[in-house]
Amino acid sequence: MLSPVILIPAILNGLMTGAVYALIALGLTLIYGVLHIINFAHGALLTAAMFAAFFAHRLLGLDPYVAAVLLTPLFYGLGYGLQRFVIGPAAHGEDRSILLVTLGLAVVIENALLYAFRADTRTINLPYAFNTVEIGNAFIAVPRVIAFAVVIVVALALWLIMRWTDSGKAIRAVAKEKLGAELSGINVAHIYAMTFGLGTACLAIAACLLLPTYYVNPSAGNAFVLIAFTIVVLGGMGSVVGALVGGLFVGVVESLCGLFLGETLGQIGIFLMFILVLLFRPTGLFGARA
Amino acid sequence: MTDPLLRVENVSKHFGGLRAVDKASFTAATGCITALIGPNGAGKTTLFATITGFLRPTEGRIVYNGADIVGLPPYRLARLGIARTFQIVQPFANLTVRENITVGSHLTRTSRADALEAAGVVADAIGLRAQLDKPAAALTVAGCKRLELARALAIEPRLLLLDEVLAGLNPSEVRDLVPLIRSIAARGVTIVMIEHIMQAVMSLAERVFVLSEGRIIANGSPQAIAADQRVIEAYLGKGAAARMMAGAAHG
Amino acid sequence: MKGLVPIAAAVALLAAVPLVTQSNVVLNFLVMTFLIALAGQGWNLLGGYGGQYSFGHAAFFGTGAYVTAIAQMHYGINAWVGFFIGVAAGALVGAVIGLLSFRSGLRGSYFALVTLAFAEVLRIIASVAPITGAGVGTLIKLDLRPEAFQFQSRVPFYWIALGLVAVSLIIVRIIEDSRFGAHLVAVRENEDAASALGVNPTMVKLAAMTVSAAITAAAGCFYAQYFLFIDASIAYGPWVSIEALLAPIVGGVGTVFGPLLGALVVRTLGEVTKLMTGDAPGLDLVIYGSVLVVVVAFAPRGIAGVITMLRQGFAARPIPERGHD
Repeated sequence: MLSPVILIPAILNGLMTGAVYALIALGLTLIYGVLHIINFAHGALLTAAMFAAFFAHRLLGLDPYVAAVLLTPLFYGLGYGLQRFVIGPAAHGEDRSILLVTLGLAVVIENALLYAFRADTRTINLPYAFNTVEIGNAFIAVPRVIAFAVVIVVALALWLIMRWTDSGKAIRAVAKEKLGAELSGINVAHIYAMTFGLGTACLAIAACLLLPTYYVNPSAGNAFVLIAFTIVVLGGMGSVVGALVGGLFVGVVESLCGLFLGETLGQIGIFLMFILVLLFRPTGLFGARA
Repeated sequence: MTDPLLRVENVSKHFGGLRAVDKASFTAATGCITALIGPNGAGKTTLFATITGFLRPTEGRIVYNGADIVGLPPYRLARLGIARTFQIVQPFANLTVRENITVGSHLTRTSRADALEAAGVVADAIGLRAQLDKPAAALTVAGCKRLELARALAIEPRLLLLDEVLAGLNPSEVRDLVPLIRSIAARGVTIVMIEHIMQAVMSLAERVFVLSEGRIIANGSPQAIAADQRVIEAYLGKGAAARMMAGAAHG
Repeated sequence: MKGLVPIAAAVALLAAVPLVTQSNVVLNFLVMTFLIALAGQGWNLLGGYGGQYSFGHAAFFGTGAYVTAIAQMHYGINAWVGFFIGVAAGALVGAVIGLLSFRSGLRGSYFALVTLAFAEVLRIIASVAPITGAGVGTLIKLDLRPEAFQFQSRVPFYWIALGLVAVSLIIVRIIEDSRFGAHLVAVRENEDAASALGVNPTMVKLAAMTVSAAITAAAGCFYAQYFLFIDASIAYGPWVSIEALLAPIVGGVGTVFGPLLGALVVRTLGEVTKLMTGDAPGLDLVIYGSVLVVVVAFAPRGIAGVITMLRQGFAARPIPERGHD
């Protein structure tokens, strides 16, 4: 069981899956880092994105990687609109209200999908989904490798945006010191909406990366988002590095656990890890104050 | 001579490399008004936070009524008779003024009726009778400051720590509040006040301690402190005292 | 105590309903409403009065339901005794979750998250554990005798449910007027200021959570007796957590009658939706989620808040709410 021939592919697979987890976690931590809210609607939005990617393939014949080009700006707009016109105004800036509004949104989105598409599980079939690439002695599925590469590119792109563009700098300013940013003329509502949009865009990309190898149903998003939440509290709320490192770490752990333990135990295990981290180190390993 | 009610001995509070409070010591004589002054950022509120249990000092002892209270949480200290007001007012926004004060008076009374009645009495003494049924969120700054005071008094403290209770008030509001503070002390409450408004410090305090960059640099009567070179320099910068002297000599 | 008069009046009014109509539809509807009102009142104590928003109150509802069912089916315990054991079990779970969460200083979103997680863990465990019947669920054997807490007609169930609601109303009213109540709302408004006045926030929150869990667990126990069947997604499912918080928010958080008023509205909406569009899964929760957002946006104080504003006249300014850090 412990021979390298089995372990190495498990670890590599874990890294690849972990990359997608990291992307989902990245969206979550970005939203927390700037808006200081825990986006309870993250899971539902991921599910929505997965359905969108599914139907893009089913109805428009779009390959998921191509669909990503279409869906990313679409979901950016959705996220922007949600924050600017629903969450922001409805909550009046009250923490407790924000909690309830994102919860309400989550319930609406998830159940709208349930109502529209029933609880059936769907998958798509891609001709190249089972092709493999040889890395060292291991054979890794092509979609996983693509996913890893895309996540790296996205992470880099986000870093560049944050570092070099005016919008990125404005986002960082608002994250650090909202009042000062506001006094400097930055439109905070716009920045909040942009950040939420970026977080949602990450979900659109992640959905397209997941579609070749995973199923879609109204509760699919929640399973991934739970992992994302665990990653974010582990790596630290608001820490981008924490989300990336944490994502890869959790991906590898999950893969190795899958070797030795079962499925349901794995789910409970993740929940328990999540609860334990919340109870004992809510600031995570890299994160800012809770 | 009776022991001072509060004795802060070599208290330090470090935040990583930052020494917000550095071996500060002062005493508050029982039944007197002691002032703690110093330029902004000197560490006064941090020191208050260690005394009232909101922060744990890195080192030092805080002796209240003969016992070391370091490490006790704020609610225990309140029950021992230490009350405080907050620099940034913290009203219970959605409750009425009466309900706000009642939370305090409930400390020594179990029945709601008793606590409400006691709250009314405190409100009278503080001049808030007219506002009793207004929501706390609707008060002016001066009203909020009085509410802070009223709530703190409602727990019937022996030691009252006032953190810039006069800040943000206009001169006439200050003039109204100063005799009120004096009357509280007259009832036997020991007061330690952080204050920037010098006229209040001069007229109220019997003893003044000066904190600068985390350290106590001087203490004495208000008059002595006002003339103290080190104090002037702490506020106005090095050489300021000499410049002032030179200026006085010329003009 | 004067506050009890409105409660007595409302209860008397509602108690008269079975004397006026024997319609099962109406009685069923009202029993479900009372159940949600009960579960919601539990949430209201911790959330409305205490300011700690739990997203996982299903944890207590489900525990009550399962414990009472298992006590009867596996250990032959009398149904009435089982009811109280279920309530106690729910309270215990509440105390444990509360102790863990509040000791760790979890507040706001983090507290909501952890309660959500706890409810989900219980749901997953219940869906695989043999003692709960795993995926198949648990049946309480039909035994239509009053000693077994089962009745031929709906009417006794109705009065018992109403009785439970009445007890919860009285409990909350008593707390509202007590020193504990003053401490509780102080903690909700400002923990630091409260502790400076001698309030122990952790103990207060823990006590509130325990009572809150007990009340919601009672709703779960009753559900099990009334429907005689539960499974993991009924007992610990998100629908419970959502309805338990929606009812007080719609009706008015931090008020005695809020959960009852809100439950009436929420249940009515649910029934109307079913009538108009059939029993499609998901639609009722879409409505509930939307209602949540709308109420938070336009009437954060709920129905009770609207009534208060109307009473104070249109000229009154709405009380500005302070933001929290």
